[in-house]
Amino acid sequence: MTEKEELELFASGHRACAGCGEGTAVRQILKVAGPNTIATICTGCLEVVSTGYPETAWEIPLIHAAFENSAAVAAGVEVALKELGRKEGVNVIAFGGDGGTFDIGFQALSGMLERGHDITYICIDNEAYMNTGIQRCSSTPYGASTTTSPTGKYSIGESRPKKPIAAICAAHGIPYTATANIAYINDLKKKVKKALETEGPAFLHVFAPCPTGWRHGSDDTIEIARLAVETGVFVLYEIIDGDICNLNVTVKPKKRKPVEDYLKRQRRFGHLTKEDIAKIQQEVDEKCDRYGLPKRE
Amino acid sequence: MGEQISMTVKGNMATALGAKLCRPNVVPAYPITPSTLFPEKMSEFIADGELDASMINVESEHSAMSACIGASATGARVVTASASQGVALMHEMLFIAAGMRLPIVMAVGNRALSAPINIWCDHQDTIASRDSGCLQFYAENNQEGLDLMINAFRIGEDHRVLLPVMVGIDAFVLTHTMEAVKVPAQEDVDDFLPPYKPKYGILDHREPATFGSFAPPEYYQEFKYEQTKAMEKSSEVIDEVFADYAERFGREYCKVSTFQCEDADIILLTMGSMSGTAREAIRKMRGDGKKVGLAKLTVYRPFPEAELREILSKAKAVAVVERNISPGSTGAIYAELAGAFINQKKKPLLKNFITGLGGRDILVETFREIYEKTLEVVKAGEVKEPMEWVAMNEEVMR
Repeated sequence: MTEKEELELFASGHRACAGCGEGTAVRQILKVAGPNTIATICTGCLEVVSTGYPETAWEIPLIHAAFENSAAVAAGVEVALKELGRKEGVNVIAFGGDGGTFDIGFQALSGMLERGHDITYICIDNEAYMNTGIQRCSSTPYGASTTTSPTGKYSIGESRPKKPIAAICAAHGIPYTATANIAYINDLKKKVKKALETEGPAFLHVFAPCPTGWRHGSDDTIEIARLAVETGVFVLYEIIDGDICNLNVTVKPKKRKPVEDYLKRQRRFGHLTKEDIAKIQQEVDEKCDRYGLPKRE
Repeated sequence: MGEQISMTVKGNMATALGAKLCRPNVVPAYPITPSTLFPEKMSEFIADGELDASMINVESEHSAMSACIGASATGARVVTASASQGVALMHEMLFIAAGMRLPIVMAVGNRALSAPINIWCDHQDTIASRDSGCLQFYAENNQEGLDLMINAFRIGEDHRVLLPVMVGIDAFVLTHTMEAVKVPAQEDVDDFLPPYKPKYGILDHREPATFGSFAPPEYYQEFKYEQTKAMEKSSEVIDEVFADYAERFGREYCKVSTFQCEDADIILLTMGSMSGTAREAIRKMRGDGKKVGLAKLTVYRPFPEAELREILSKAKAVAVVERNISPGSTGAIYAELAGAFINQKKKPLLKNFITGLGGRDILVETFREIYEKTLEVVKAGEVKEPMEWVAMNEEVMR
């Protein structure tokens, strides 16, 4: 599909912050999905910025019900479409933020994946509860300062590592799992296309910086998103049929940049000492070795 | 009219048969005692090709109601079942189903809420969701359970209403008890209940629309106003539909039905399966010359204020017998009934009796005791103690 054929289905004028990674992600995803798509969203930034009555940014049918159930609502939509004979040629996408996916919506997501619905679930991850004001989530990385994991005399900030949500979803044995990043639009769009073409459940984990919560400039969003991949903090891969041995890294930096390049651009990590950064670097190095990524510069 | 087939079935089977006759498209459900037989039976109907629908065997009641919402918004006719903790877990989604004006029907096996955990009958589960915006019907027996399911779809889907409907059948007393029921013929139900036609849009890519918007202060209140007006409007729709059902199928339903109320000094107000026992108690007490009658509440939401006023204002005292309690207040029906009479000149004395919680049997003797206690109120001409607990286990209380 060429750029010209793509429709803008997430209208401009929505109320997302300047530099919001989530808005970019949704816009690009809907370009691939096209108009024959029904979407569900969960409560959070996306709902607030795009559905304020009597306006809507959505040019496709959309339903928002609550926080923890985007996957369950989508299951109802998908089964109803099949029962009513309207599923053919229609995509069902369930969107969730990281809170609605990693934490409160995890049960509904697991149920939907396990039952094998023909739904593409897309988690747009900005690594904390941003809509309520930057609270920690199981998606928040080690060392990040949030309003409920603040740095302080006795605290490094978030003390736990990020939950490996894509691997957990893949472990359900679903046909397609992938990670993606808004700085790698072509990779993201290819994966959306594959996910939608997959019969049965697909899970996409999309990395999307939040200038407000990560405390970086609104014009730095894409650069920071790219640095997450270039440093190996966030690895772009896909897993077919939930087989972890069938993991394919789709974007391999030729040489990996030090994690400090990524961390120092964001004030949520501004308190980290050289030792803290060295510890994070070591963990990222070990992870990248497992994924077969090149050594650090 | 086709012949109505006689069957002897459990309450859950009766509600499942009623639901099946309504040809639902999607059945999202999660097992919970005592309503589990409902999803089991629906699964069997589908497995045997008797019903063209899809089950969604969800992982929780919260997801059950969430999937109901997704399916209903897509234009499907949707039914589910639950009870007790399950109704409590889907509490959040009941408000959303009603707020989105989706006519989902749910059979509830009315069961006590934890703690302590208890699987037996009371009405606390659905009473606790009375403010959700769902219509609430309560059956006295399995036949009522079956018939009310069929009526529920027609009423909920009426364009003047468009709200979810709960049909309560008492845990075990009905859900697991075999009773004879008459099952209407499919073609007659098809004639009574046309296919579901949503009034507004559905989730359809040919006509995109946003459902479940974020409504700021300048709009939210109007949404709630319209929703409340629809609930009020449902009152006349219920009358119309019940009358049509009676004409077609020969069984009459009223929001409040009465027995021996004409000359009664004391009226017992009941809901659910206790009503049958109350009727039996009244027959016996009438034999002893006592002027006592029964008012049975079939529709609790919308609360039939006008009907209750009309029926009860002639009595000297009303005993409101309830299987629910709002700690720190009274039973829910008592408080609302008191509200219904507050601005009336002519009103009976009102006394509240809490009993039958967690499956405590409500016996003919219980109603005799309630009658005697209410008679004391009539003699005294005032209500000193508005609420009393009856049929207490005195051994435990010692």
